[in-house]
Amino acid sequence: MTYEAPLEKHPVNIREVVLGEGEKAQKIGGENTFPFHSFEGSLPNPPGLALEVLDMQPENWATWALDPFKDVSSDPVEWARKGVEEYGAEILCLRLLSTDPMGMDAAPEEAAKTVRKIVDSLNIPLIVLGTGTEDKDSKVLIEVARACSGKNLLLGPVLKGNYQEIAKAALEHGHAIVAQASMDANLTKELNIALCKFFPPEKIVVDPTSSALGYGMEYTFSIIESIKQFGLVDKDKMMQMPVFADIGIECWRTKEARESAEQGILWEATTGMTFLLAGANLVVFRHPEALRLIKSMISY
Amino acid sequence: MALKGAEIMKMLPKTNCKECGCATCFAFAMKLATGGVKLDDCPYIDPEVKAELEGAMAPPMKLVTIGAGQNAMVIGEEEVMFRHEKTFFHEPGIAVLISDKESEPDIDEKLARVKDLRFERIGNVLKVNLLALSNDSGDGGTFETLVKKAYETTDFPFILISEDTDILFSAAAMCADRRPLVYPVTNENVSASIPKLKELGLPAGVKGESLDEVIAVTSQLKDAGVEECVIDPGSRNMLDGIRDQTLIRRAALKKGFRPLGYPTMTFPCFMCRDKYEEALAASALMTKYAGIVVTSLTEKEFIFPLLVHRFNIYSDPRRPMTVEEKVYEVSQPDENSPILISTNYALDFFIVSGAIEEANIPAFLCIKDTGGIGVLAAWTSGKFTGEAIAEFFKKYDVENKVKHKKLIIPGVAKKLKDELEEELPSWEILLGPSEASDIPKFLSEEWKV
Ligand code: SF4
Repeated sequence: MTYEAPLEKHPVNIREVVLGEGEKAQKIGGENTFPFHSFEGSLPNPPGLALEVLDMQPENWATWALDPFKDVSSDPVEWARKGVEEYGAEILCLRLLSTDPMGMDAAPEEAAKTVRKIVDSLNIPLIVLGTGTEDKDSKVLIEVARACSGKNLLLGPVLKGNYQEIAKAALEHGHAIVAQASMDANLTKELNIALCKFFPPEKIVVDPTSSALGYGMEYTFSIIESIKQFGLVDKDKMMQMPVFADIGIECWRTKEARESAEQGILWEATTGMTFLLAGANLVVFRHPEALRLIKSMISY
Repeated sequence: MALKGAEIMKMLPKTNCKECGCATCFAFAMKLATGGVKLDDCPYIDPEVKAELEGAMAPPMKLVTIGAGQNAMVIGEEEVMFRHEKTFFHEPGIAVLISDKESEPDIDEKLARVKDLRFERIGNVLKVNLLALSNDSGDGGTFETLVKKAYETTDFPFILISEDTDILFSAAAMCADRRPLVYPVTNENVSASIPKLKELGLPAGVKGESLDEVIAVTSQLKDAGVEECVIDPGSRNMLDGIRDQTLIRRAALKKGFRPLGYPTMTFPCFMCRDKYEEALAASALMTKYAGIVVTSLTEKEFIFPLLVHRFNIYSDPRRPMTVEEKVYEVSQPDENSPILISTNYALDFFIVSGAIEEANIPAFLCIKDTGGIGVLAAWTSGKFTGEAIAEFFKKYDVENKVKHKKLIIPGVAKKLKDELEEELPSWEILLGPSEASDIPKFLSEEWKV
């Protein structure tokens, strides 16, 4: 028996999505093969690794999660700046926690002002996330879309119950969106189909929702893998959007991450690495050390 | 490659003599294809045809056993590239590397530490499973001292590593009853290794600098009758490792290429610049098909995430994850502690019990068997209704565990509250938060006896 490397070629590509604008804009997606399979296909863009920023003082974070930002954690603009200048983040993910209707319930205009300040002072690709509350998020994200018109933010999560309003505002003001459907590849596809009736597919990133190591990580892993298979192998156009994974928030709420700094960083990095291996194109980290580790490992 | 019934049929005597217990040869062929009968049940198959059938019907990836007895490690016989296509079957071995160049106290300490790397998680024991003993000193006596010590003080299966084939096999002979994996068997030493592997009945750790080299060695071993191999394609960085593992698995499963139809071994301990990278590389390689990862890590903070990772990736996606039905005591509750109830869906259980621990308020957590489905679905299907929970209360005598009569139920189960007020009229039913992450806040603010 002679051996011939069993290489697999796919005649289609995952869509390329641009984040941000100007010279610091970044592309994600665009590959025609499985993650890290540069031996049989092309992966024009490395995965996007984003660092999380909250728009209010975090509560209840493990000391070692807060430590890297403890001097700036009450000022989202300074937090963002430190993330970029000190920790080398090339994409930021601002979570508008202040707008949580069960918490501070800040007004959409307030939140939008913070986003605008960060955009003006840093001008790097920015993901802006609401709290997953459909009504409130649509008010907040529409306001953010307006306040940052033309900046090509990535706005989310866009859900089944609010996609029309938010996507419309994103389209009008030139932003991309994160379409979120929980733990089910079919729901991901359904939402994409609904969106693509009026929204450009090259401005959609999908979020199957993330679970942390030890808390259902394998479900997220397999859903990302199946989305990628549908996209590349079955050539399903509605499954060729880049995949987004918001892992920091999930990992750092586990008791294991709160047990020690080493274990916490590894909990997050392991979850992140696993999703990258499944095919995630954009991952949000909370701890700069977890992000740095992943970056150094996938680029050597 | 699995054979279809029709293909097997062509090779049978076609006399329909019924001696196999089947009505016809065709019925026998169909049953054979699905594993319902054994080839031996038909006394009339031509021996040559039989050998051919056996070969064709063997799983595309060999099953390999390292070690003996209850600690034996079984790897291989995987059937899919992606776990959602079926499941991954045999958890990869995590092997801790110990060198005979390390000092005696270091070795003693390491051996003791590795024994402690055992953790319980939803009724499963997560642990390190192998010791990789490495002859870096180049000295036979030193290596044998290490092997002897590991043999006498632990019951782990071993991987024995030595560049010197004589040293390798004399150490292997010392612990042959434990069935160690001997490594490396290469192009250079394969001829010398074959008689010893056969005599001692051991699996071979095959190393090549390329897949072509690996193939040459496994083919030679197979021809000589050494059936159990574990392959190291020589990759010494993570991304190359992922490439090689992927190609090996694909060649075996999708092309039926037998010379690569074996589980693999990888060396994250030689791929990385620090412990964090090593832990990450080990988990990445386990995700991407490694049968064994050899690591130098022994610290709990680095090994535990790895063990949980393996447990997750190798859990069966076809089965709902469940925990045992009972009243769990979280952080030693007493008669004034709160009582919560939830389903036996493992993720719910984890998140809720974790949240209670985080709240630092001891509590009783009632876990009702719902067949592993979550609160709302279980309520709809009658497994988490007022009636079902009232029965649970009787069965486990929940009333007598505490002095108060307050039950906290999941916040999403609003309708359940009414049902329970009817079924357990003397109890006050408190609707808890909908998100488990809000449990600490809920308990510290709302809980009063
Ligand atoms: S024993 Fe063999 S020959 Fe006889 S019926 Fe069965 S398969 Fe056919």
